[in-house]
Amino acid sequence: MAGYLFNRLWQSVVLLVIVSIIGFAVLNLTPGGPLSQFALTPGMTQEAMDRIAEQMGLNRPLPVQYLDWGWRLLQGDWGTSYRDGQPVLDVIGRHITATLLLMGTSTAFSIAIGTWIGIHGATRPYSIFDYTVTIGAMVALSIPTFWFGLVGIYIFTLELGWLPAGNMYTIGDGSVLNYLHHLIMPSLVLSLVNVAVWSRYMRTATLDVINQEFVKTARAKGLTERRVLMKHVVGNAMVPMITLAGMQLPSILGGALVTETVFTWPGMGRLFLDSLGYSDYPVVMGLLMVSAILVLLGSLIADLLVALVDPRIRVS
Amino acid sequence: MSALAIPAHTSWWRSRGVRRFARHRLAIIGLVMITLLTLACIVGPYLLPYDSLYIDLRARFAPPLTGYHFLGTDPLGRDVAARLLEAGRISLLVGFFAMLLSTMIGTLIGVVSGYYRGAVGATLMRIVDAFLSFPSIFLLLALAALLQPTPIMITIIIALTSWMEVARIVEAEVRSLRERDFVQASRMMGLSSAHIMFREILPNAIGPIIVAATLTVARAILLEAYVSFLGYGIQPPLPSWGNMLNGAQQYLSTAPWLAIIPGITITIAVTSFNFIGDGLRDALDVRSDHM
Repeated sequence: MAGYLFNRLWQSVVLLVIVSIIGFAVLNLTPGGPLSQFALTPGMTQEAMDRIAEQMGLNRPLPVQYLDWGWRLLQGDWGTSYRDGQPVLDVIGRHITATLLLMGTSTAFSIAIGTWIGIHGATRPYSIFDYTVTIGAMVALSIPTFWFGLVGIYIFTLELGWLPAGNMYTIGDGSVLNYLHHLIMPSLVLSLVNVAVWSRYMRTATLDVINQEFVKTARAKGLTERRVLMKHVVGNAMVPMITLAGMQLPSILGGALVTETVFTWPGMGRLFLDSLGYSDYPVVMGLLMVSAILVLLGSLIADLLVALVDPRIRVS
Repeated sequence: MSALAIPAHTSWWRSRGVRRFARHRLAIIGLVMITLLTLACIVGPYLLPYDSLYIDLRARFAPPLTGYHFLGTDPLGRDVAARLLEAGRISLLVGFFAMLLSTMIGTLIGVVSGYYRGAVGATLMRIVDAFLSFPSIFLLLALAALLQPTPIMITIIIALTSWMEVARIVEAEVRSLRERDFVQASRMMGLSSAHIMFREILPNAIGPIIVAATLTVARAILLEAYVSFLGYGIQPPLPSWGNMLNGAQQYLSTAPWLAIIPGITITIAVTSFNFIGDGLRDALDVRSDHM
């Protein structure tokens, strides 16, 4: 187990280094680069540009810049925002909670609904329910998330007036109920794709388990069908689902970005777009790194959970 | 699409029951829908009385099915139907060429890393993993914001952020094929590695590649819609399905059709490609890792 743990940690560190190289290359090798924001200032001369480049260390060779940047990153110095001069980590820290809240609510909801749909479909394969859900999932995967959000706003805010169109809370009203009221629509919209994915995988996982010998044994012992399903089938089908939950993280994070824009949700997605608009490179770079770290952390935790639950992995 | 029809005539297929048949029917529905949509986008703009750029200020915000504009008009009085079809040309072309490019990148990297299992393969697959660690929207937006967002550039950027799936699928396929007897025989005959990789092994992995490519078109159309909706994709006055939705949110209460019509069109196009991909997966008997 310790060996597995060490191996898995080491892999994540290697991946994080490659991720940082890709991120750094994306922002520094593209035309314009970090200097382009100054080029638009009226009266900017080439000498002044050179001086700024000199001051910011942008005239050094790229590998040197990368190592310098990486070294500071490790020490917790992620640079300062071009927009308001605040440390990047502080800026991101102020937005990360909103995103995690949105993702957490949506994930919990998707897992609950998706698991139920998956099991229900797998125990009645090729029924009308199973068939409808299969097609429904494929259509759900094809709907642009932001458009689904717009339709939601049109129906539930403009036509019915039940739910707020955006923001995290009404100014002047900080009650939990008010937060929840604002959370409903964005988290449900974000859930659409995840329910579809989760239910399809859950169906496959359940079908894989349901035909195995130990399930037949459980039935032969005279257990009720419900007990067989709950105790023997679902428990085993959930193991691969832990890995899936980890693998789904990038797409949930990406979905959150789009959802946040539609619902003016003050999370990392909105911050990312705003920072792009201001060419705020340190923040953009920081967000790329934070999102990759979240994703790697997610899959690491998922793998460790699977190793804890499944004794076969500990051995190999 | 004879590949779709073949299983219907063989007897093994009947035993697989109603669901498979239904799934193939979905694939055919998808194929018909996408053909009609493509034809409409190619021919339509010539048949409509309005140009997609013609501004009729007296007919601003005309709702669909009223007056002379079948699908209504936008805030500048431009015909929504004309813009939708013109946008379809761009969005479908971007989707198709992004698929071509990303399949080529993915196949190349997948074949090489599956064939050279040692350090080369491991390094390449780590790079694939690293790319998969970014939410692709983040990377896509960052690139689109930094580069000139012409349709060609958007196509390239989408391809650069969506080749990893194909690479993984091809890598797994090649890794299992490389130990087969026919590959050993080719090696014995002294054929070059490049010849073995691309002429001997690759043709045997074509099924999964076709399926993945079809699903990549769906994905690419969605990605174009996302970046253009957020304002970093195809730039107006050139219409795309995504950028038609860009300004739609602010007119949601007064002109909801501006949001609804392009959104439904995107959903139809993407659903069609997903249906086709799913049908092909069954027809080509590709084992399903995803669903």
